[in-house]
Amino acid sequence: MISIQNVKKVYSSLKGKVVAVDDVSIHINAGEIFGVIGYSGAGKSTLIRMLNGLEIPTAGSVTVADKQVSQIKGQELRKARQEISMIFQHFNLLWSRTVRENIAFPLEIAGIPKNVRLKRVDELIKLVGLEGREDAYPSQLSGGQKQRVGIARALANNPKVLLCDEATSALDPQTTDSILELLVDINKRLGLTIVLITHEMHVIRKICHRVAVMEDGKVVETGKVLEVFKNPQQKITKRFVSQVTEPEETKETIEHLLERYPQGTVIQLGFVGESAEQPLITNLIRNFEVTVNILQGKISQTQNGSYGTLFIHIDGDGSEISKAVDFIKSQQVGVEVIKHDK
Amino acid sequence: MINELFPNVKWDKMWEATEETLYMTGISVVATFIIGIILGLLLFLTAKGNIWENAFVNKIISAFVNVFRSIPFIILIVLLIPFTKFLLGTMIGENAALPALIVGAAPFYARMVEIGLREIDKGVIEAARSMGAKTSTIIWKVLLPESMPALVSGITVTAIALVGYTAMAGVIGAGGLGNLAYLEGFQRSRSDVTLMATIIILIIVFIIQFIGDFITNKLDKR
Repeated sequence: MISIQNVKKVYSSLKGKVVAVDDVSIHINAGEIFGVIGYSGAGKSTLIRMLNGLEIPTAGSVTVADKQVSQIKGQELRKARQEISMIFQHFNLLWSRTVRENIAFPLEIAGIPKNVRLKRVDELIKLVGLEGREDAYPSQLSGGQKQRVGIARALANNPKVLLCDEATSALDPQTTDSILELLVDINKRLGLTIVLITHEMHVIRKICHRVAVMEDGKVVETGKVLEVFKNPQQKITKRFVSQVTEPEETKETIEHLLERYPQGTVIQLGFVGESAEQPLITNLIRNFEVTVNILQGKISQTQNGSYGTLFIHIDGDGSEISKAVDFIKSQQVGVEVIKHDK
Repeated sequence: MINELFPNVKWDKMWEATEETLYMTGISVVATFIIGIILGLLLFLTAKGNIWENAFVNKIISAFVNVFRSIPFIILIVLLIPFTKFLLGTMIGENAALPALIVGAAPFYARMVEIGLREIDKGVIEAARSMGAKTSTIIWKVLLPESMPALVSGITVTAIALVGYTAMAGVIGAGGLGNLAYLEGFQRSRSDVTLMATIIILIIVFIIQFIGDFITNKLDKR
């Protein structure tokens, strides 16, 4: 559906050249929810804007829904944009128009006659759950409602691709979840391909099938969300993953426990999919002469399955401990022995 | 009572002068509104980073606007006498004031339009482009509606300035309340005529301000 090939974007400024996107190649399948994560300045904003021709790549090519977006211009590009719609962090609604008029705007652009327009707008208002707010102005809506208008507006012309530019970054956690659920629902119901950029791993975890991690204009890691969670390769990816898998206070807790229990070993276990359901701890205690103390654990759901982390403290005879660790490793569970930093 | 306070005021003449002032203000406000918006849009759209980015055109319009905005109005009228004569064949009467009024006010208003347009959230324009909007659609359906309160409050200020300009134009023979106040009032030392003309001008200004504020508030849904 979307093919980004060796794309580069260079901005020239007075201070010299800035490479915003550096030789990025990504393929995104139809019907997929694809996430791009990176900190601000990583180039993800520029990248997503090249998918609808708001930015033109300096080199490389971008093809979306069989249209070479990086090449076409004028009328052809404007037509293509009606199939590649976009929602924004700050919603970008017209304050001078009501909810209904805002949603009708892309239909006006597409030249849809008024009676058809009105019917379509009513359908969309139902789809995003804004019944009763049709005649409100954006200033009278909450952030979540505004983004619902944004989504309805984006869906008006039955696009093939939906681009989400930090669509939930300005929303509170609860509203974020409801908007993400709406996006998943739309993806399933309409088979829409969704590309989203974000700096929140939570968003990737919750709705994406695959993810690309960006740093300094480059894609440093790509893969299925679950795989990336299970086995993050790059340092930056590990940092993003720990945003979701480790509760914030984990690090301090572990430090504290390492000090309290100088004997034994603290281990971080990573469970993926079915292995999360095995009675691992029970087997451990039954088969080895060790004591096991559960320190902290969390299970997260992703679109490809569940992923869990568990921190345990194992104490006992040195050789028993290492046997126990080997046993855990044989159970398709990720193991990382945590030691004193000092 | 009123006739005792204003013994020298000839009401039919006063009314005629009021009509002339309203005529000059009305026509010049409409023309300024249209020309100012066109110039303001050009200034905005040709600026750096915008849809029609063009440093050359932008500089030329900007220079034109700055020059005509800076010339004191009373001097502008005199400077434009040949132009007015060429255009209308005369330099007396209310129509003769119109070229100077419009040339004086439109650049002033164009800057206000430009400021109003710059206040529009860039994201909204980007959103319209992402939907496949043409530039003309962006102008008519995004730029103008989204800046309308600023455009209306700007034309209100400009209209009030124009009432003042018409009075100045009156002094050099364009008719209206300024002309009456100067010729009948000042030249003949009939201060009651000058006072009455002033009161009427004030009333006109208050009414314009009231209407402008009313429409601005009605339009602003932010």
